[in-house]
Amino acid sequence: MAKPKIATTSLAGCFGCHMSILDIDERILELVDIVDFDKSPINDIKEFTGECLVGLVEGGCANEENVRVLQDFRKHCKILISLGDCAINGGLPAMRNTIPLKECLDEAYLNGPSVYNPSGRIPNDSEIPLLLNKVYPCHEVVKIDYHLPGCPPSADTIWQALTALLTDKPMELPYELIKYD
Amino acid sequence: MSENTITFEIDGVEVQGAPGQTIMQAADAAGIYIPRLCAFEGLPPHGSCRICTVKVNGRFQSSCTQPVAEGIIVENDTEEILEFRRNLVDMLFVEGNHFCMFCEKSGNCELQALAYRLGITAPKYPFMFPANRTVDASHKDIFIDHNRCILCARCIRASRDLDGKNVFQFVGRGPEKHIAVNARARLVDTEVDVTDKAVEVCPVGAILRKHVGYAIPVGKRKYDHAPIGSDIEAQKH
Ligand code: SF4
Ligand code: SF4
Repeated sequence: MAKPKIATTSLAGCFGCHMSILDIDERILELVDIVDFDKSPINDIKEFTGECLVGLVEGGCANEENVRVLQDFRKHCKILISLGDCAINGGLPAMRNTIPLKECLDEAYLNGPSVYNPSGRIPNDSEIPLLLNKVYPCHEVVKIDYHLPGCPPSADTIWQALTALLTDKPMELPYELIKYD
Repeated sequence: MSENTITFEIDGVEVQGAPGQTIMQAADAAGIYIPRLCAFEGLPPHGSCRICTVKVNGRFQSSCTQPVAEGIIVENDTEEILEFRRNLVDMLFVEGNHFCMFCEKSGNCELQALAYRLGITAPKYPFMFPANRTVDASHKDIFIDHNRCILCARCIRASRDLDGKNVFQFVGRGPEKHIAVNARARLVDTEVDVTDKAVEVCPVGAILRKHVGYAIPVGKRKYDHAPIGSDIEAQKH
């Protein structure tokens, strides 16, 4: 029987949650025994090759590309997991949510004390994904099946969740594995 | 049993209380934890956060204000009430701006600890990201970050009743409701002091001391290992 597949991505995140995936240390050998990795920055597979059992999404949606990738994950993954605080509540990128987008761009490209931008232009190349009006948690964009909080979630939390899902057991996180920092 | 003992039941367990006690006080003494946010020992009850809601003879009541009575049947730790409390905690998270990952109170915060104890991995309501919350850092030793205030009124009561100063008050209604200081603009204009009880009792990272930062390492903070309420439960006899 073919091994179930998992996929991972980092949207508006810092890759800290992916570092935490790697932080399962030698258990990663056990993991590759029971799963194959599909689309993921870990193996650099850029597009889905088929249906996955579990998708792990780090980061919220800050731009239109984040939304497209997230929708693609929802389409291909039976179980979709928000991994970490940014996916769950927007995290640090969501600090801009209380400030109008134009003010953020003006500060970043025109008015900030360390800005050097003689052209006075705000980047708008069509290659650059358009920013959303604010940063959205993943579950406000697509249906999310499980949330693993933490900044980042500990390797033990990720391991506990993955092994439960892969062995068809209920996912129960003990007290010490639910943390928001 | 003396005549002054009131016997009643919490989740099928017989509990003794004294006349004039609230259900919460009697439960505390019996080692039964009823979750709470606005209630604080030594302050008059406020009955506003509703986290301590229990069912008394089938009706919802806040246990911090409801007196004990002979023979009442109290439900506390039932799935119905736990779900009710989860909803309240969820609402508190989405109606403010809670960035636990860099909050100095994280690990020692009662709101966060309640969410942990209730097993909340994500709030079920849409985040509001209110833009009307300010930070007052005018005072040299204390600051108040309204992004994290849950309007529990502990600071109001502590300043008025324990510090004898009346520094904090509520102003505004609905989503505009917030804590104000001496009806003036800034903390620095008040007589608040870093040793005030009002500063100590804030359950969240809204009123914080400056120059403290992240003093306690992760793993050693109040709620890193022991859920909120376990101190009360440890007194069970
Ligand atoms: S006050 Fe508590 S819940 Fe709010 S950000 Fe700080 S630690 Fe988190
Ligand atoms: S500042 Fe703190 S103590 Fe005062 S009402 Fe807000 S949360 Fe409660």
